[in-house]
Amino acid sequence: MNANPYLPDMATIVEVIQETHNIKTFRIVINNEERMKEFTFRPGQVGQLSVFGVGESTFVINSSPTRKDYLQFSVMRVGEVTTRLHQLQPGDQIGVRAPLGNSFPVEDLKGKNIVFVGGGIGMAPLRTLFTYMLDNRKDYGDITLLYGARSPADLTYKAELPEWTERKDVNTVLTIDNPSEGWEHKVGLIPNVLLEINPSPKNTVAITCGPPIMIKFTLQALKKLGFEDENILTTLEKRMKCGVGICGRCNIGTKYVCMDGPVFTYAQLKELPSEL
Amino acid sequence: MERFITKENLIRLAEELTATCRVLAPVASCGTVTFRRFLPGMVLDMHSRMAAVSPKAATFPQTETLLTVKREIPEKKPEITETLPEGKNVVIGCRPCGARGKLIFNPVYETDKTKDPYYITRRDNTVFISLACDRPETTCFCHSVGSGPADAEGSDVLLTLVGEGYVARSVTPAGEEVMKSSLFADAGDKGKEADAKNVRARELMGEAHDYASAPAQLLARFDDMDFWQAQSAKCISCGACTYMCPTCYCFNITDDDLGLESRRIRSWDNCMSHTFTLEGSGHNPRPTKAHRLKNRVGHKFSYYPDLHKGVIACCGCGRCIKQCPAGVDIRQIVKAAQEYSE
Ligand SMILES: Cc1cc2nc3c(=O)[nH]c(=O)nc-3n(C[C@H](O)[C@H](O)[C@H](O)COP(=O)(O)OP(=O)(O)OC[C@H]3O[C@@H](n4cnc5c(N)ncnc54)[C@H](O)[C@@H]3O)c2cc1C
Ligand code: SF4
Ligand code: SF4
Ligand code: FES
Repeated sequence: MNANPYLPDMATIVEVIQETHNIKTFRIVINNEERMKEFTFRPGQVGQLSVFGVGESTFVINSSPTRKDYLQFSVMRVGEVTTRLHQLQPGDQIGVRAPLGNSFPVEDLKGKNIVFVGGGIGMAPLRTLFTYMLDNRKDYGDITLLYGARSPADLTYKAELPEWTERKDVNTVLTIDNPSEGWEHKVGLIPNVLLEINPSPKNTVAITCGPPIMIKFTLQALKKLGFEDENILTTLEKRMKCGVGICGRCNIGTKYVCMDGPVFTYAQLKELPSEL
Repeated sequence: MERFITKENLIRLAEELTATCRVLAPVASCGTVTFRRFLPGMVLDMHSRMAAVSPKAATFPQTETLLTVKREIPEKKPEITETLPEGKNVVIGCRPCGARGKLIFNPVYETDKTKDPYYITRRDNTVFISLACDRPETTCFCHSVGSGPADAEGSDVLLTLVGEGYVARSVTPAGEEVMKSSLFADAGDKGKEADAKNVRARELMGEAHDYASAPAQLLARFDDMDFWQAQSAKCISCGACTYMCPTCYCFNITDDDLGLESRRIRSWDNCMSHTFTLEGSGHNPRPTKAHRLKNRVGHKFSYYPDLHKGVIACCGCGRCIKQCPAGVDIRQIVKAAQEYSE
C-alpha cells in the first residue's frame, strides 16, 4: 500500500475473460514494475478497483499469491463501477488499492482436511485459497470442492473446471439447481448436495461463500454434519468505501469488515451483533 | 502563558491573521451563527447562541478533493496527483466542545497501520482559539462526557470573557506563538476572575450524567427492535444530526467526472441515510431508521468507547438535539437504554 491509503496504483488490464452473461474476470498488472514484483497478499484479501471518473468498488483478489504474473478479479455487473469495468479492454488503465483486509488462516489450516462450498460469484474468494492449496498440495489433507450455480451458464472459471474435476488429489463436485441438457454432474441445491457428499467433520475445516441465503442453509447443513463453529469459515460482504477502517461504513458493532474481515469463523459471527 | 486581549483587539488579531491564514470564526447571517471564512470587515459574533454548524470543517471539510486524475483519452495514460491540503487555518471563538470534538478523530484517522494524510495535515496546521462558555445552554452536556465549559483539551488557546476582553491562556506551543502578538496585554490579576467565571459556569450545568454503564446497556438492547422503533419513531432520516455533529467522521468517496479530468472527492456522509449501507446485491443490513439510529447512538456511546479506552465519541455539544427537526434527543435514548433493565 502507498503511504497515502487513498492513492491507488495504476494498473493495466492484460486479459478479460467473459465468465457468464454478467461476470467478467480481469487480469491486471501494476504498472510500476518494482511494486508489482514486491506485491504480496494472503488468500482472502480484497482490493479496491477504480475506474477514474466513475468510482471505486471492492473485489476479492481471486488469483493465488503463488502465481504472480497478474492479479485477478472477477466482477459481477450490478451498478455504476461494475458496468464501466465491464466495458474495459486489455490495455486500459485502472487504479488498484490492495491488499486490504484480513485473510484465510493458511498456516493454521495446514494438515487439515478442507471442504470448500462455493455458490455463484462466491466462488471468487474460494478460488484463491483453492488454487493456493493446489500449489502447496502436500501441506493439506483431503480437499473437497463443492461448487454450485443456478445453471451451467452461471458457472465461472469454466476454463479451469476440467482440471479441477480431473485432478486425482482433490474431490471436485459441481452442481446446478435444475436439470440441464448435457450436464454430467450433480443436480440439486448446494446444501442438499453437501449433505449427500457427507464429509467427515473430523480434523476438517469448511469454507463457504455465496449468496446470503445459500450461506444460511449451508451453515445449517454443516452443523447437521457435526462441524464445530470454529471450523467453519466464511467471508462477509458489506458496502465499503475507504477499505482501511476510517470511513465508518462497514462496521458491525465494534468490528470493521474492511479491517477485521472479510474472513470470519462462524463462531466469530455468532459473537457479533446481529447486523449481517 | 496567560495574557489579556480586548474585544477590539481580538477582531484586529483575526483580521491580521487573515493575511497568513484561513481564519474561521462565528459569523452571523440570516439569523444563525455559523463558522465560516472570516475576512476583514466582517462582524464576529462570539456571544450569541452556539454556532449552528460546528467548526468541524476546519479539519474535515464537507467536501475535499483527494486526488485529481488527468487522462489523454478515457482509460489511457491516467496521471494521478495527490492534492494534500495547503496553508494554515485558525479557528477563533469556537466553544471548548467544538475544539475537543476533533480529538475523537485521532485514534481512527491516525493508527500504527493507517494514516489519513488529509485529516492529519489539516489538524496539524489548524490553531483553535476557543472561548470558555459562561452560559451553558439546556442542550449542553459536555460535563457528562468527560469535558466541561472551560475544558482546554483540543484547544491551543482558551479565552475567558472578563469585562471588556478575554483572559487568554495558551495550551500548546502553537497557541503560545499566536499570543506573542502585541495585541495581547498583561493579564494582571484578571486570571482569578476568569477562574471564578469558569467555576460558576460548571456549577450552572448541574450534576453530570454517568454514562459508565452505557456501552454494555446499549449492546444489551441491540436486538430489541421494539426499543429502537420506539426511540426512532419521530426521526425522519434527514441526517441533520450527523452533519451538525463535530464528532461524526464518516465519509463517502466519489468521482467527479470533468471529461478528460476527474476528481476523487471525499464528502461527509451520514449513517442515518438508507443508502449508507445498501449493498450492490440490494441487501441492506440497516434497512430501517430504527437500525440506523441504533448504529449512530451505539457507535458514539458503545462501540467507540469499547475500542478507544472508554472515550465517548460525543463532545456533548447538543447540536444534534437543537437541530433535529423532530426533537430526537440522544441523551434520552442513552438514558432509556441505561434504565431499561433497572
Ligand atoms: C469484501 C467484499 C468483497 C467483494 N468481492 C466481490 C467480487 O469478488 N466480485 C464481485 O463482483 N463483487 C464483489 N463484491 C461486491 C462489490 O463490491 C459490489 O457489487 C460493487 O461495489 C458494486 O459496485 P457498483 O458501483 O457497480 O454498484 P453501485 O452503482 O454502487 O450500486 C449497485 C446497486 O446498489 C444500489 N445502490 C447503490 N447506491 C445507491 C444509491 N445511492 N441509491 C439507491 N441505490 C443505490 C442499487 O441497487 C444499485 O443498482 C465484494 C464486496 C465486498 C464488500
Ligand atoms: S436530525 Fe433528527 S430527524 Fe434528522 S436524522 Fe437525526 S434524529 Fe432523525
Ligand atoms: S452526538 Fe450530538 S451532542 Fe454529541 S457531539 Fe454530536 S452533535 Fe454534539
Ligand atoms: S470501508 Fe471504510 S471503515 Fe470499512
